[in-house]
Amino acid sequence: MTTLEEVQTRVHVPLVQPRLPRQAPGIVGVIAIAFGGLLLVLGTGLVGSVIIGAIAFLVVLPVWSLVIEGRRGATDRLMTGLIWTSFGIAVVPLVSLIWRVISKGAGRIDGTFLSYSFFKTQIDQPVGVYHAIIGTLLITLGAAIISVPVGVMAAIYLVEYGKGNKLAKAITFLVDVMTGIPSIVAGLFAFALFTLIFGPAYVSGIGGSVALSLLMIPIVVRATEEMLMLVPDDLREAAYALGTPKWKTIVRIVLPTALGGILTGVTLAISRVIGETAPLLLIAGATDRTNMNLFDGAMTTLPVLIYGQNLRGDAPAEAIAWGAAFILIVIVMVLNLAARIIGKIFAPKKG
Amino acid sequence: MAKSIDISDVNIYYGDFLAVEGVNMTIRAGAVTAFIGPSGCGKSTFLRSLNRMHEVIPGARVEGKIVVDGQDLYEPGVDPVAVRRQVGMVFQRPNPFPTMSIYDNVLAGLRLNAGKMKKSAADEIVEKSLRGANLWNEVKDRLNKPGMGLSGGQQQRLCIARAIAVEPQVLLMDEPCSALDPISTSAIEDLIHELKNEFTIVIVTHNMQQAARVSDDTGFFNLKATGEPGHLVEFNPTKKMFANPDDPATEAYISGRFG
Repeated sequence: MTTLEEVQTRVHVPLVQPRLPRQAPGIVGVIAIAFGGLLLVLGTGLVGSVIIGAIAFLVVLPVWSLVIEGRRGATDRLMTGLIWTSFGIAVVPLVSLIWRVISKGAGRIDGTFLSYSFFKTQIDQPVGVYHAIIGTLLITLGAAIISVPVGVMAAIYLVEYGKGNKLAKAITFLVDVMTGIPSIVAGLFAFALFTLIFGPAYVSGIGGSVALSLLMIPIVVRATEEMLMLVPDDLREAAYALGTPKWKTIVRIVLPTALGGILTGVTLAISRVIGETAPLLLIAGATDRTNMNLFDGAMTTLPVLIYGQNLRGDAPAEAIAWGAAFILIVIVMVLNLAARIIGKIFAPKKG
Repeated sequence: MAKSIDISDVNIYYGDFLAVEGVNMTIRAGAVTAFIGPSGCGKSTFLRSLNRMHEVIPGARVEGKIVVDGQDLYEPGVDPVAVRRQVGMVFQRPNPFPTMSIYDNVLAGLRLNAGKMKKSAADEIVEKSLRGANLWNEVKDRLNKPGMGLSGGQQQRLCIARAIAVEPQVLLMDEPCSALDPISTSAIEDLIHELKNEFTIVIVTHNMQQAARVSDDTGFFNLKATGEPGHLVEFNPTKKMFANPDDPATEAYISGRFG
């Protein structure tokens, strides 16, 4: 019996080990915040206090854990803390930006702000950003009309036809390079192109659309390519085996299957270019009037308007800039929501 | 509708790599022909060459003659799309089109190729094909639901319905039951028995009992040695193949003593 007991004690591994109380992170967190608050009162700056508080948290909790839980527990606590801190660092600017734009911009929004342009026909007429909203929507729509067919078809070539050949590899490389071109370069390209064709001092909305489409195409190509590659080859083979020609397989089977993702990619691309300023300053110019014609005359977009108002720098102009920024963010959000809804509708259904 | 297939001196390549060498056989019309053999011996590759699906893979090509209904499938000028309309195929994994309903899946082949058709004619084809695939009773009340919502066995029968809706002369099946449970497998084997009156059926299977149960003729493929191309070892009526094969290698494979 004694030998059996010895064996049992030797192989017994305790599954319950000492743990910190469940509220431990909360307790340490409160202490760290209190510590930071104390430093703030004592005269350390806000940023400094937050950083020192965070470091205090990241030191105290793992050390406490090391004493009670051992090494593995301490490492776990430290890594969890680091990940949450990184998350906070990533989110804080985002939230603060949105908060600032809403708090400063939302107040400026009213009926006249949305329906009048800068161009006054009477001395006491209110000013609004109607002309810039129209300009933004038209120029971006123009860019989308140019770049979506080009981008989607280029991606179809890359995935369905050029699979792995040298031309496709070269195109993929160039698309990657294009993703990185500075927007001002795209603006200069459009400027040079239209100057060559129409002569000097040419200004129009479509020029802006061309510049933006240069920035959009690589994003659309990349997103569409990824989505098309996700479509299983099984489906293509199933269609071929029914005697379906390749182009029809692509149009009727592959594209509908990938449609949700492609739409998301297109929306992301639009959101990316809708806030562009530099290329539009070069080629689309700026105006106070509402211009509905993409092909004739200067057009103002919201980012260009924000830039212009910011340059003036007086209080009413600044308020207009914040209001315009708010509208721009709302437009981007609506676009994203629309893309999600459309993506959901077209996603392959189950059950 | 059923047509026989005459195959002479077929070599199949992936790029420079010779995958299957020197196949000669005649697949009888209105019968079920099974291909058995170890993995990687080229059964599926050979099956895919029967409706020119093989060349979907870049660099793949076929030498030799495959004659269906007096026409060589690999003659220059033959349109692979036209070939595939005559020689349908069912794949290893069920692959209904995810964006389409059950109804649209069955009609996919016709809609994609022939364009519009009358609603009544379409209904008739859907019912006939689904009945042909033994699926009608299970799905008749939910024809407009997505095809992906069916069980694996039902999906595979839906794929068979889709393949027979275009009324091919030959139906190729590449391990159609390998992803299915025994009950679904038996449903599909029953179906194969019924379908052979109308179609010439060629089936690849890893399941020896299945080959013995469903087929009239059996072909045994094997590798000559590792790294060598696959070849047809023996082609005989299934009864003879399983009772008294000509080649000792066949007997070894069928009885489980590989080598």
